[in-house]
Amino acid sequence: MLDQSYYDKVDEIIEQYGRKESSLIPIMQDIQGEYRYLPGELLQYVAKEIGIREAKAFSVATFYENFSFEPKGKYVIKVCDGTACHVRKSTPVLEALYKELGLSKKKHTTEDMTFTVETVSCLGACGLAPTMMVNDEVHPAMTPEKAIALVKELRGDIV
Amino acid sequence: MGTMTIDGKRVTFTDEKNVLSVIRNAGIDLPTLCYHSELSTFGACRLCNVEDDRGKTFASCSEEPRDGMVIYTNTLRLMKYRRTIVELLLAAHCTDCSTCDKCGDCSLQRLARRLGLRKVRFENTKERQPLDYSSPSIVRDPNKCILCGDCVRMCAEVQGIGAIDFAFRGTEAVVTPSFMRKLSQTDCVNCGQCRVVCPTAAITIRDNTEEVWEAIADKNTRVVAQVAPAVRVAIGDAFGLPKGANAMDATVAILHRLGFDEVYDTAFSADLTVMEESKEFLERLESGENLPLLTSCCPAWVKLVSERYPEFKDNISTCRSPQGMFSAVLKEYYRDEANAQGKKTVVVSVMPCTAKKMEAKRPNSFTKGEQDTDVVITTTELSKMIKESGLAFDKIEPESADMPFGIASGAGVIFGVTGGVTEAVIRRLMPDHKKDTLKMVSELGARGEDEIKEFSVDYKGRTLNICVASGLATAQKVMDKVKSGEAHYDLIEIMACYRGCVMGGGQPVNAGPRTKQARQEGLYNADNTTIIKKSDENPMIQDVYDGILKGKEHELLHNECFV
Amino acid sequence: MTTIETRETLSQIRQEESDKRTKEKCRILVCAGTGCVATGSLKIYEELKKLCEDDPDVEVELQEHVEHVGIVKSGCQGFCELGPLVRIEPYSYQYIKVQMEDCKEIVDRTVKLGEPVERLFYEKNNKSYAHPKDIPYFAKQTRIVLENCGNIDAESLSEYIGVGGFSALTKALFEMSPEAVVDEVDKSGLRGRGGGGFPAGRKWKQVAAHKEADVKYVVCNGDEGDPGAFMDGSVMEGDPYKLIEGMMLAGYAVGSSEGYIYVRAEYPMSVARLKLAIAQLEEAKLLGDNILGTDFCFHLHINRGAGAFVCGEGSALTASIEGHRGMPRVKPPRTVDKGLWEKPTVLNNVETYANVPGIVMKGADWFRTIGTEKSTGTKTFSLTGAIENTGLIEVPMGTTLREIIYDIGGGLKGNAEFKAVQIGGPSGGCLTEAQLDEPLDFDSVKKFGAIIGSGGLVVMDQSTCMVEVARFFMSFTQRESCGKCVPCREGTKRMLEILERIVNGEGREGDIELLQELADMICNTALCGLGKSAPLPVLSTIKAFREEYEEHIRDKKCRTHTCQALREFKINPEFCIGCGKCAKNCPVGAITGVRKQAYNINNELCIKCGACKDNCAFDAVYVEV
Ligand SMILES: Cc1cc2nc3c(=O)[nH]c(=O)nc-3n(C[C@H](O)[C@H](O)[C@H](O)COP(=O)(O)O)c2cc1C
Ligand code: SF4
Ligand code: SF4
Ligand code: SF4
Ligand code: SF4
Ligand code: SF4
Ligand code: SF4
Ligand code: SF4
Ligand code: SF4
Ligand code: FES
Ligand code: FES
Ligand code: FES
Repeated sequence: MLDQSYYDKVDEIIEQYGRKESSLIPIMQDIQGEYRYLPGELLQYVAKEIGIREAKAFSVATFYENFSFEPKGKYVIKVCDGTACHVRKSTPVLEALYKELGLSKKKHTTEDMTFTVETVSCLGACGLAPTMMVNDEVHPAMTPEKAIALVKELRGDIV
Repeated sequence: MGTMTIDGKRVTFTDEKNVLSVIRNAGIDLPTLCYHSELSTFGACRLCNVEDDRGKTFASCSEEPRDGMVIYTNTLRLMKYRRTIVELLLAAHCTDCSTCDKCGDCSLQRLARRLGLRKVRFENTKERQPLDYSSPSIVRDPNKCILCGDCVRMCAEVQGIGAIDFAFRGTEAVVTPSFMRKLSQTDCVNCGQCRVVCPTAAITIRDNTEEVWEAIADKNTRVVAQVAPAVRVAIGDAFGLPKGANAMDATVAILHRLGFDEVYDTAFSADLTVMEESKEFLERLESGENLPLLTSCCPAWVKLVSERYPEFKDNISTCRSPQGMFSAVLKEYYRDEANAQGKKTVVVSVMPCTAKKMEAKRPNSFTKGEQDTDVVITTTELSKMIKESGLAFDKIEPESADMPFGIASGAGVIFGVTGGVTEAVIRRLMPDHKKDTLKMVSELGARGEDEIKEFSVDYKGRTLNICVASGLATAQKVMDKVKSGEAHYDLIEIMACYRGCVMGGGQPVNAGPRTKQARQEGLYNADNTTIIKKSDENPMIQDVYDGILKGKEHELLHNECFV
Repeated sequence: MTTIETRETLSQIRQEESDKRTKEKCRILVCAGTGCVATGSLKIYEELKKLCEDDPDVEVELQEHVEHVGIVKSGCQGFCELGPLVRIEPYSYQYIKVQMEDCKEIVDRTVKLGEPVERLFYEKNNKSYAHPKDIPYFAKQTRIVLENCGNIDAESLSEYIGVGGFSALTKALFEMSPEAVVDEVDKSGLRGRGGGGFPAGRKWKQVAAHKEADVKYVVCNGDEGDPGAFMDGSVMEGDPYKLIEGMMLAGYAVGSSEGYIYVRAEYPMSVARLKLAIAQLEEAKLLGDNILGTDFCFHLHINRGAGAFVCGEGSALTASIEGHRGMPRVKPPRTVDKGLWEKPTVLNNVETYANVPGIVMKGADWFRTIGTEKSTGTKTFSLTGAIENTGLIEVPMGTTLREIIYDIGGGLKGNAEFKAVQIGGPSGGCLTEAQLDEPLDFDSVKKFGAIIGSGGLVVMDQSTCMVEVARFFMSFTQRESCGKCVPCREGTKRMLEILERIVNGEGREGDIELLQELADMICNTALCGLGKSAPLPVLSTIKAFREEYEEHIRDKKCRTHTCQALREFKINPEFCIGCGKCAKNCPVGAITGVRKQAYNINNELCIKCGACKDNCAFDAVYVEV
């Protein structure tokens, strides 16, 4: 159960976009932005408030990659696997991160909720391939070593 | 208006919506798995692809006919494409046809055969999903879903419910209630219309035939059948009868042969409904309370009102549905030991409807703590029982329904089409039953194809405003207008299934436009050939009122409230 | 900003702005495009600003009426790999890879004295380049769409006005009828830059013809989903005003007062810059009702994508704006007749709109002088992969691949041998040696089974496995398929399975033919462009590199050693000193040996992880060719 503060926040977001069908995606984006995931209860609530069927809201939410019903880690690392990055060897970077954090294609978030590792197709900085994004910040010219060092730094490890 | 050349033959077209219709009207049965003329065009199966004279392929379901078009429907490459598409579908499908509920009725299976598919070159790598048995009306088997979206569009566009939708995308896409819940946890109204359009066994009727066989096999049980009006014009579909032919008498005979002890006509209790509902209508007109009166014979509609328009709950007629009235009266009859003769009574109702399965389990379908209708089977299930038994439907000697509940008026029979209840009630309200009066009533506006039918009729100097509609999306339009005060009616008749129970969720599938029309006409013909036209003239009705119902009208024929 | 409600105010601001420029002794442009921000340009900006502000000898931009130094954040200067980039005007010094410790010197020498800091210049073949115009990379480009990108402050409306911004809109509003604007665009031959190459003028005409419609929409496709392409993103973040002006011209031309920009989720900076630009324009009353005192009204909204490549497809994009799943729908009805909310809609790509102000201002005839007859104007490309100079470029249509790769791109990285270039991303195909001298324009590229697409150019050298590349693209499109139609949903999945087994050494005889058969079916039956084009990379690699496929399938060999499963690890006994480190690191115990003697790899057990090779200090482990 989510406490009232979540619903208050959502009310605020809904007010901003208005109670209409086309507000659904921006509202979900803002909720996701706020909590780094989209709690199912809130989606139900939004559907009711803006007057769309719950099955429809679920349908839209699951269509887009950015929405997640699972809480994400504090640092969301998106390793670019776009063409430019792929041909400049982004896969080893991803694999190094998986190994370092004990994650896999199926398991995206560490137990301690610190890191989530995902892939993304192009961050628009292809000139600096391979790239990755940590929360909103793009990191250029990655190597497996640089990626691991960054993770350690974020974790606050003394290297 | 124009002409096009299809496979070298010149064809004229008029107002066809798309090239596919032109092709089909030209006598070519182009295969499709996602096209329904009553739903929006989705374009997902890609089987309807045709080729133009420049070798360009396009989906004919979504192309407007243009004058001078030259198209080919059966080139070698098109045939290959179609075969591969079906092959790909089967490769992602749990293909256990011989034990599948849809075997023989399945569009996918039929297509595979028709296209001469001999081999599937790909492995099914999909994980098996559990089936959803939570609904009393339908069963969902995601393993057999080909994602044509027909059910989704039906539920949303025609029924305005939206209980199920697509979720996820790509090869992970599924059709599901929100949050992968079970259907019983949604606001599904059990109409079964999704099942009607589903080309495969991904949505099927919840089968209750086993319970019937067991009851029949039990020597200490009296098994009583009631057969709803709409069943008689559809049951013959599976046995090669002409579409829409009235097969009531054959059905009665078959049911007897299957081992039913007594077989009755639900149209009889429809007459009871007319009596009660018209009385109630007059009372409300008198008092001015709870108008408009909303009909209550369709459980899917009743469920919709209670969930989406709770403020109109008291407007719903308190009358039980014909199924409910019949079972209650029958059970009451056999509560008398003298009648029961030591046997248990099981009432099986044969319905065109999947929602009736839900209605039978509703708390207000119980009398004295007992469930009135024990088992509900649909027309489709009855067909199966007949096939299983091996009885030859077309060779059976017709029999008429048993007494004492075997006589019905024409008014009771037309309950099976949209507008029928209304017409029956108005007939009852008319002072006479002269030919002209009946003709006048039939022309008031309750019949016909319009989405929403509005008309008024004079009753003792008062103008009664009436609305008749079918399809729950349409129903919600009506209710929204009533709610906003934009429309004022005294009586609203709604049938959840578009065109009424003749097109109910339990009827045999693959009905084309002609079949649909034939079923409606079949019931009107049945009405035309009955001698008794008005419910109050049914001699049995008075007997029942004077006998078994005396003092129990309310208990047996009405619901306390709808929850 | 003051409100700009008449054309006079606009020209007045333009004048003030150019006066201001003349007062500027010097101007520091720090690139704040996504690439340079990633390499730390914002810190450089702060540092330079602080140094200037703290220096008593330098007046910073706030003192408008004295000679001063302007420090601005520009959009992508086009040479992202060498970022952070800093350019100093009026000397036109281009500094690359600027670090924090360089800032002081820049201020002391260039800002104060106008002297160059040579060590920050771009160098190639022992030649140092002071000015961008001399660097071959820039010298060979023709910048129309990107003219302001990297040259003005991407967050300053007045600067945009200063360089002539909104003069095209003014011209249209006061001197041209809407029909004349449509005609000009039509005559210019401008074709959609989003991939299809559909003539923009024809689209606009169709929308303009819907006189009956109460509402029409102008929609900008900024979804740029092609992995490996970032041109549209650079325009949105580098020159948002130009894009907006282009959309307003479209609005005026077709009679629409509502615009939507749909921006890809992964472009936070584009969203931020556009939002800022819209807010500024609304405040200045250049967006809203009665623009510049005319009857023309235009309101602009931004939608962010939510992570679905298919939303770049027009009907999926409008569905997404409306709040639905981004599933393409059948056509007809066409977007021009029933687009957003079923109203007539102009839907164009970012770059398409960004071309419009120039066309309106300078005329269709001018535009036609650039490019080829059927593909007029320029095209931006993002040049990436195994190439010396990666970055954002703009060249006239019809430029050859050779010019792009060798003259602009500086050849392959490390002088590697050219193998192919993937054009048009996952919907495109690859061009090879044989096509190096073919002109790049809409129609020529199509002939080779590829498409110009949005303009991603990924250069590949001989170390790239083309089967693996095909698998990569197929896995992308397969993952991004919306799942609506059978050929794409099920067909691409099967194609991917086949490609996966080929690169895993499990390819079967007949797989190539099966791939071709599926490809043919999918291309001809899928509902939308995603499915229709998804097999193109496979088809074009089969066509050009069939023998590589055959080697994988028949000989279980990958000549580039890219495909892990096909690698064979060996130990060279000449180099091996028998330390045993490889054996210790082998996860499956495939290596055995006796200390101080050469070790051995059992290839039956080996899972080709490469750990032995990584761990051998003596380079004794090698991959068999
Ligand atoms: C799968 C798919 C993805 C697309 N992605 C984009 C895109 O990211 N940006 C774009 O401008 N057009 C994209 N398009 C093309 C658009 O459908 C549309 O043709 C284009 O935006 C029209 O603008 P234009 O005529 O100015 O090019 C895509 C098409 C498909 C089929
Ligand atoms: S749904 Fe159709 S194809 Fe599938 S198993 Fe059943 S009968 Fe066979
Ligand atoms: S149709 Fe074929 S698969 Fe099915 S039961 Fe008969 S022989 Fe077996
Ligand atoms: S039974 Fe009716 S309401 Fe329920 S899912 Fe099917 S169509 Fe929708
Ligand atoms: S359940 Fe049936 S109707 Fe619905 S999408 Fe699946 S196959 Fe089609
Ligand atoms: S209209 Fe008839 S068949 Fe349909 S749900 Fe209602 S009662 Fe059942
Ligand atoms: S081709 Fe692919 S993306 Fe396009 S509609 Fe079909 S399934 Fe969706
Ligand atoms: S690590 Fe290198 S040197 Fe040592 S045993 Fe292995 S191959 Fe030989
Ligand atoms: S590649 Fe990996 S598995 Fe094979 S021998 Fe080397 S360490 Fe062992
Ligand atoms: S491909 Fe990785 S940033 Fe573009
Ligand atoms: S009927 Fe045309 S695509 Fe399915
Ligand atoms: S982002 Fe700075 S040059 Fe491209």
